[in-house]
Amino acid sequence: MNLGDAPLTPAPIVWEPMLPMIIVFVTGVLCMCVEMLRPKQTNNLIVVLSLAGLAVAGALIVLDWTAAVFHQPPSEFFGVRFGGSPEEAGGGLFIHDRFGQSVQLILIASTFITILFSEGYLRERRIPFGEYYPLVLWSAVGGMIMASTRDLMIFFLGLETLSIALYVLAGLNSKEKRSQEAALKYFLLGAFASSFLLFGIALIYGATGTTHILGIPMLMNHASADPTAGKILIGGIAMVLIGFGFKAALVPFHMWTPDVYQGAPTTVTAFMAAGSKAAAFGALVRFVGAITQPELIDAWLPALAIVAVLTMTVGNLIALAQRDAKRIIGYSSIAHAGYLLVAVVAWAHSRGSIGLDTVVYYLGAYSITTIGAFAVLSLTAKAGREGTQLEDYNGLWKRAPFAAAAMIVFMASLAGVPPTGGFVGKLLIFKDALDQDYTWLAIALGINSVLSVFYYLRIVFAVCVDEPDERRSQFAKPNAGMLTAAGACALAVLAMGVFTSAVLQTMGLSLPAESGSASRSVAQKP
Amino acid sequence: MTEVPLAGYLTLALILFVVGAVGVVIKRNPIVIFMCIELMLNAANLAFLAFAKYHTTPLAPDVPASYTFMNGQMAVIFVMAVAAAEVAIGLGIIMAIFRTREEIDIDEMNLMKG
Repeated sequence: MNLGDAPLTPAPIVWEPMLPMIIVFVTGVLCMCVEMLRPKQTNNLIVVLSLAGLAVAGALIVLDWTAAVFHQPPSEFFGVRFGGSPEEAGGGLFIHDRFGQSVQLILIASTFITILFSEGYLRERRIPFGEYYPLVLWSAVGGMIMASTRDLMIFFLGLETLSIALYVLAGLNSKEKRSQEAALKYFLLGAFASSFLLFGIALIYGATGTTHILGIPMLMNHASADPTAGKILIGGIAMVLIGFGFKAALVPFHMWTPDVYQGAPTTVTAFMAAGSKAAAFGALVRFVGAITQPELIDAWLPALAIVAVLTMTVGNLIALAQRDAKRIIGYSSIAHAGYLLVAVVAWAHSRGSIGLDTVVYYLGAYSITTIGAFAVLSLTAKAGREGTQLEDYNGLWKRAPFAAAAMIVFMASLAGVPPTGGFVGKLLIFKDALDQDYTWLAIALGINSVLSVFYYLRIVFAVCVDEPDERRSQFAKPNAGMLTAAGACALAVLAMGVFTSAVLQTMGLSLPAESGSASRSVAQKP
Repeated sequence: MTEVPLAGYLTLALILFVVGAVGVVIKRNPIVIFMCIELMLNAANLAFLAFAKYHTTPLAPDVPASYTFMNGQMAVIFVMAVAAAEVAIGLGIIMAIFRTREEIDIDEMNLMKG
């Protein structure tokens, strides 16, 4: 095989934009070392270490905020250079932009809050393993990689880093049958989805000659491209989207979600519902952004719109019939994936004329709300047992009024009641959908929001109205970490709802008017 | 000796993938299911290698041929490493279940439903 036609010169690696990921990863390694040096002791040092590492990484992203390039409008895709362009560090494998930073920040915040209330819960469940913390941190690194790359192979590696750590975490309570069952189901379906994704990547690679997703617009724009390549490409895109469907829990690939959410330890479920969903949607947005050519978009956009409606409807309808609080939130997370998909569909349809701020805002609001809700739900773990049926939460307002009040805020946000972040997020999605003439999607979103109010109210009633059942109710004493986590989440949800425009401006993800019609930059040969 | 055409490799890859996918759906033993998943991953590997071999004239002509060729072969190395990590985790999970349950039929995994 002739290698000599264009010598490969390695692009200089720019480390600074990757520093947050590296810090989180190294923090995980340090935590592991601490656990190895002082086995079977308290995890306080590990907790402090991981929180400090996450705080530093988050601060670095915030400090770097203005340095990152604005999200590239789609016309920029055609002007890509493989490696060496200022926004793509590491030879085109890592992209340094606002969108990636926002998703990374959501992931770091989710991990931080999860770790805050983990230690108390793990002790009550009698599973205080030090390995938990490095695994959560590494999982977060995988998610951060997924959101900041346009190379499908690197994306696959990020996904596996995220997933493999989560498989272990789901089965953390290895003596308990539900936890085992959750781990096995998650593992088998996750690996199954990965193989679909991988085969799709192979087909896309076959059609375009690169695993970089910008190969797709390059191929579509090339007049002399082989017509069979287009067919292979469509097959590849379909399979990659199926893989995404599993990871983001879209109907009909959602079957694993409720079982895994119910069986896994509550802190792991919290991270899974927020962090892993944010990462999956971050990557989905990157992928979808590269396939908006007119020849391709007709093939997948209508399908994705139908999947969005199915996802929210099925999620909400089945949630109505559930008795287990963790399962309810599990089905509710499926429904929220459907709402988010509406935002993604509208964004893809607009081809860059509406910004990504809706997706990021909703992801942020959803993640914070869900983690907060799970923080409160984790209170029923006591002396190794945990009841998560709705009746187990009866009378929480008497034992822990603060947690119960926070729960009301979270349920209001998930249901979309003003003045919470969830309400504004839904409003933004609604506006985007109408803006792009997806009236039927907007109507489906509205009906589903009303439907979802019923099961969120059931949780509120269980927590606040019903009297405690003395034989049944057992609550752990809320510790400082859990109260801080719930309080911070509740405050953040309310603040997002009240200071919406400030939040949206700081994110800076909606396109300014002049760059919407940016002139197509000349393709530079590598 | 004539070379195997690209279509031949791809057909084999597709057959392997479908056999794996059907196996995942109909088999009951998690270890066998996992073997089927490995089959699907290897189908993807075969597709990667076949495409790498036949990319003498890249379909997207702006990409240098050497980049194309390396890209597919490196992908296979990555996939093999990932698959090895998955085996380690998967067998660990199955072992943990076997210790408490004595049987690992997937149909018995029905503590949670609804």
